[in-house]
Amino acid sequence: MKQPLFIVCSLFAAIFALGSNPPAVRVEPTDSVGPRPLEKQTETAVIRDYLVAWRGFSSAFEQNRAELLDRDFTGAAKEKLAATIREQAKLGIYTRYRDSAHDLQLVFYSPEGLSIQLVDTVEYDVQILNGEKVQTTQHVRARYLAVLTPTEVRWKVRVFQAEPE
Amino acid sequence: MKSRFTFLLGGLVLAAMQLAGAQQTGGLRLPKTVEAGTAFSIQSAGSGKAVLYIVGPGQVLRRNIQLGEPTFFAPEDLHNAGHYLAALVAGSSTENGAFDVIAASPPAALSFLAKPSRLAVNLHDGISGVVYVFDRFQNLVIAPTQVSFQLSGGVGAMQTRTVLTHNGVAWTKMDSAAKEGGAQFVARVGDAASTRVIQQVPGDPCHLRMSARPSGQRLAVETEPVRDCSGNALPDGTIVTFTETYDGGESTADVPLKRGVARTDMPAYRGARISVATGVFIGNEIHWGKER
Repeated sequence: MKQPLFIVCSLFAAIFALGSNPPAVRVEPTDSVGPRPLEKQTETAVIRDYLVAWRGFSSAFEQNRAELLDRDFTGAAKEKLAATIREQAKLGIYTRYRDSAHDLQLVFYSPEGLSIQLVDTVEYDVQILNGEKVQTTQHVRARYLAVLTPTEVRWKVRVFQAEPE
Repeated sequence: MKSRFTFLLGGLVLAAMQLAGAQQTGGLRLPKTVEAGTAFSIQSAGSGKAVLYIVGPGQVLRRNIQLGEPTFFAPEDLHNAGHYLAALVAGSSTENGAFDVIAASPPAALSFLAKPSRLAVNLHDGISGVVYVFDRFQNLVIAPTQVSFQLSGGVGAMQTRTVLTHNGVAWTKMDSAAKEGGAQFVARVGDAASTRVIQQVPGDPCHLRMSARPSGQRLAVETEPVRDCSGNALPDGTIVTFTETYDGGESTADVPLKRGVARTDMPAYRGARISVATGVFIGNEIHWGKER
């Protein structure tokens, strides 16, 4: 009885791990984002870099490698995520985050163009692994607030925080 | 013994306080929300040993627990705001739940960006200020919060605006003063404040007039103090250009302002025209022999 259960679990874990289908992304129309007009190119770049940041975050947490955050995160967001990864490593656990849908809305673009804020109603699955063993899988729908700031070549996430829906 | 009893009593009080705002998932009783940096407890059902995982991007905790007893988390155990999953693993069975950690109060830190740090006087909405409000754990405070902006110093009335944050951010625009000088731009939320210094400098020149007089074989030309439209003297070092045209020839002298005026010698040709300019602003013209 235990063996079929193990096979089903392993299969599910494999599907989960290989499930690299890109998430469904919906962007709410932005009539106004505050004091600065938002150019289409900027909007595209911000959304692209934010979604890439999710992939970087997911990889970093699955492999317990904080350096994978360097490309996409900066400031407090990077420090906090890196601290969580260090704690995971200390406890011998890993977490797999697989985002399946993002509903994005750019809500604020600062007047000097040095920060942009978006709200993301995101759906994702989280697996907690103790060593190689999957402890649990949960589906999550959460509202994330992210603040991104421009760097030389990309927008980096400076604030990355879920709030109660 | 006494401290153990106090801790137990405190825990029971805490558990009772959380009961109202708790949610039950199977045998797991979780708080709906926890304020960052405060103590909380999670109640489980059943008996035996289990492992409780609290997992989120902001933090991760693991506790070996005794089922049926509350698990207490001390203040500061969970201090990063976000959405957390709770997984209770006992042998082959797992119970799941979730809860949110919200920013602590009161707000404790401001990320204040004021731009530009230097600008011309008399500009409407020339100065912008943006504030992100954080708690003491660097969590963005998302609950609407009043931010007070104040621009003062130098000459001119103090400007004050009060703005409510939306998603943790507030912004405003201010006018630069009519007179040059440094101004303090302060953003304040409760006891947390942040100050930026804005340098207000003279604007474009508005008054440029020169005079000329013979000086031996040459002509001495000198401007009156060069000022902007608000009467502020342009800073020393601003370049003033004197141009003299005569019989198809031309002489040019670029002279920095010194103590507010520019002076130099030009060749003295009868009938020459001498003009003066700084930047794109052109002053008066002298026709040597008669002034226009």
